[in-house]
Amino acid sequence: MNKMRLEFLSRSDNERFARTVAAAFMLELDPTVEQLSEVKTAISEAVTNAVIHGYDGSEGIIVLEGTLDKNAVKFSVIDRGIGIRDIEKAREPLYSGKPEMERSGMGFTIMEAFMDSIEVESAPGKGTRVTMTKTVEAEDEG
Amino acid sequence: MELSVIGKYKLLVARLYGELDHHGAGEIREAIDRELMRRGVRNLAMDFTNMGFMDSSGLGLVMGRYKKVSAIGGRLIVCGMNNNIRRIFQMCGLQRIAIVADSLEEGMEELDK
Repeated sequence: MNKMRLEFLSRSDNERFARTVAAAFMLELDPTVEQLSEVKTAISEAVTNAVIHGYDGSEGIIVLEGTLDKNAVKFSVIDRGIGIRDIEKAREPLYSGKPEMERSGMGFTIMEAFMDSIEVESAPGKGTRVTMTKTVEAEDEG
Repeated sequence: MELSVIGKYKLLVARLYGELDHHGAGEIREAIDRELMRRGVRNLAMDFTNMGFMDSSGLGLVMGRYKKVSAIGGRLIVCGMNNNIRRIFQMCGLQRIAIVADSLEEGMEELDK
């Protein structure tokens, strides 16, 4: 069992910082390059959502929490931004709250595809917490 | 990113490097769009050979460039993706609208057809 918690400003250059930290934290599970890449992508999506939508470009604090337990990893990305009014709508493929920014609307779809589970808790005016899990199966030897 | 033109194909080639996320996508978009206008070409190739990471910001960038070149009668080549990047593109059906190729040369052969 291991835990981590990271707080950083909602700046777009911290998207890379956050996904790199998440990848480093789960190295203990001996993931494949592909699994690492999937987690990095999912974290990048969640943090980008917090920067663009949660804080809408203004400055706020984003929290990344990680838990390792046996061969599973759990990450939460938390903001205290504007929140999501309609979570179901936000999770629809190709739906973007900011189409004018050339956002693809595929962020949640990618998180769902690359992680085992994803849970979104949000309240307007309070913020959003996205929690994702992934089990790293041991590779068969030989 | 490196931008160059292959006159024979009226093709702007954008060689992308490093990691593509929301932070860097805006600058890449502006540079490509500026060159498309300035060089008077109609086809665009985006080469991901040296790009190790991409999230959905890259999808937005590529779909946006697809709209630009198709509006001027051109085609989009996307090439050199690693497995992870390829999977992300497949999620929104890029292979149905763009020339998806392993290498730039292979993509240019498609332009000839």
